Amino acid sequence: MSPTATESPSSADQLASRKHTPIERVQHILHRNPALSPLLVLVLAVIVFGIVADNFLRPEALSLMVQQMAVVGALAVGQTLIILTAGVDLSIGMAMVLASLVMAKLNADQGVPGFIALLIGIVVAILTGLLNGILVTRINLPPFIVTLGTFSIFTAISLLYAQGQTVTLDPDAFLLVTGKTISIGSVSVTWGVLLMLLLYLVVGFALSYTAWGRHLYATGDDAEASDLAGIDTKRVRLSAYVVAGIAVGIAAWIVCGRVGGADPNAGLNYNLLSITAVVIGGTSLFGGRGLVVGTLIGALIVQVFQSGLALAGVDPNYQVLATGILVILAVSVDQWIRRVKA
Amino acid sequence: MTQTVDERPTPTTAPALEVREGRKSFGAVHALRGVDITVRAGEVTALVGDNGAGKSTMIKCIAGIFPFDSGKVLVNGAPASIHGPGQASAAGIEVVYQDLALCDNLDIVHNMFLGREMKKGLRLNETAMETKAADVLASLSVRTVRSIRQQVASLSGGQRQTVAIARAVLWNSKIVILDEPTAALGVAQTEQVLQLVRRLADAGLAVLLISHNMNDVFEVADSINVLYLGQTAAQVRTSDSTRAEVIELITSGAPSTGEAVQPRRDRPATSTTTNGSRPE
Repeated sequence: MSPTATESPSSADQLASRKHTPIERVQHILHRNPALSPLLVLVLAVIVFGIVADNFLRPEALSLMVQQMAVVGALAVGQTLIILTAGVDLSIGMAMVLASLVMAKLNADQGVPGFIALLIGIVVAILTGLLNGILVTRINLPPFIVTLGTFSIFTAISLLYAQGQTVTLDPDAFLLVTGKTISIGSVSVTWGVLLMLLLYLVVGFALSYTAWGRHLYATGDDAEASDLAGIDTKRVRLSAYVVAGIAVGIAAWIVCGRVGGADPNAGLNYNLLSITAVVIGGTSLFGGRGLVVGTLIGALIVQVFQSGLALAGVDPNYQVLATGILVILAVSVDQWIRRVKA
Repeated sequence: MTQTVDERPTPTTAPALEVREGRKSFGAVHALRGVDITVRAGEVTALVGDNGAGKSTMIKCIAGIFPFDSGKVLVNGAPASIHGPGQASAAGIEVVYQDLALCDNLDIVHNMFLGREMKKGLRLNETAMETKAADVLASLSVRTVRSIRQQVASLSGGQRQTVAIARAVLWNSKIVILDEPTAALGVAQTEQVLQLVRRLADAGLAVLLISHNMNDVFEVADSINVLYLGQTAAQVRTSDSTRAEVIELITSGAPSTGEAVQPRRDRPATSTTTNGSRPE
């Protein structure tokens, strides 16, 4: 096609350059960089707790915090993918418990080799994601309802399968590798932490640099527009649930390492903590906006508040209170950012 | 003197797009009961009609969102079978929808390549996409956007329309269908978009413009196709017709005077469309 027109710019050209107030500028910057506000909160929280609790900034304390957030961190990767498609997964913690029970019981009770038990557990986790995804995309049920239902289903299956019993693994078992630490000076990380970080790298890469990631963001923002652009949005949404299943499987492996086995009653908090991490991390519950690095920061913020308040000697109930206030603040900020004007 | 398109001298090349006797029903509702249109390369063909006349249904059929139940679609004179948006794209047909189909959370480049990203191995080839997007915008003489890495959410209505049109011509498309591109725009932006529409045709594309606005139609269209209650009333040359004649066709399905528009000769007498009577 050849450039033909030589006419002067019309008055519409000037519409492009409207002046913004300082507050609108802040709103714009936060809109473009969803991970920026959680990063500021994290830095602020670390500084405040560093002053309030004198042992907070010690390497041992910081290492422990990172180890403690590894499970929620890994689960929250999966939760981020689902929330980016404007869905939500209330069953994710119980799916992880179920997968960890399968891994631990196969290994401890049936004598299945650790690596095989791990793979079977991950397959179970993927199947839980596939079930949620099929119910959401093929039968067109709201994700909230689907995962509320599967939450109960996975809980029941876990309790029936484990007969309410905790499974304890041999301390040298392969499945417990994720709990083993590597120390560099007084900093120590577990293999579980490294595994979680690897998960963030891989999913972060896929979201930012592949067509799949682009389609996920597009589908979450406007499924109808994405359909018209030729994207198979049902498949994209299903894939989010399936990939989340892989993250659930990895989280199950990490939780085995943390508790030395599997506990059928451990999943309740993880559902909500994973959503909390995603939301505090700046990902919009309405879909299409957010980054996994924000989720990582969000998971760190939750942990910093819990550990910081504990180290400062505050009543543990205030930790829960703080988490609740953080979530409401994060969603309020998101609502404000979403009202960004051109 | 108004003429139907069939009475023009036989052109040397086949029309870029032709629909003959297109029909479409949704259950008991006959949305389209015989539509004909001829869209030529290098021309803007306007598709007009009252609300509910079937304009949107017709372009969705051409675009493969849902195919015609019966009838023929010819692309460059050859029968084309279009049963999905992908097949329409493969045939060189691109549609700019009324709701624009842009994702607010992505930037201009990402929107232009949405669903058809250029890749380098696993990764998106951002540099190549950016270069190509900039080239296409430059070739359309679009200078109103500050950066092609701007999020679409921050664009004005006219800029969004421009991006949507640029996306449609990105794929060496031959036929571009625009659904009410100026419906939500102000005066200056309407003018800008109409100039862009004209440039598309001048660059050799076949442009099908759906519009309610007679000013727009008479400003840019070479040919006007009028739908009335799911049937083609007539297709006339803009230069040969007046607004009053076209408006009469839109509102009554028949020309204001007996001699202005002849019935289409290629239609069986039972389904004569010019008088608005339907065979049932």
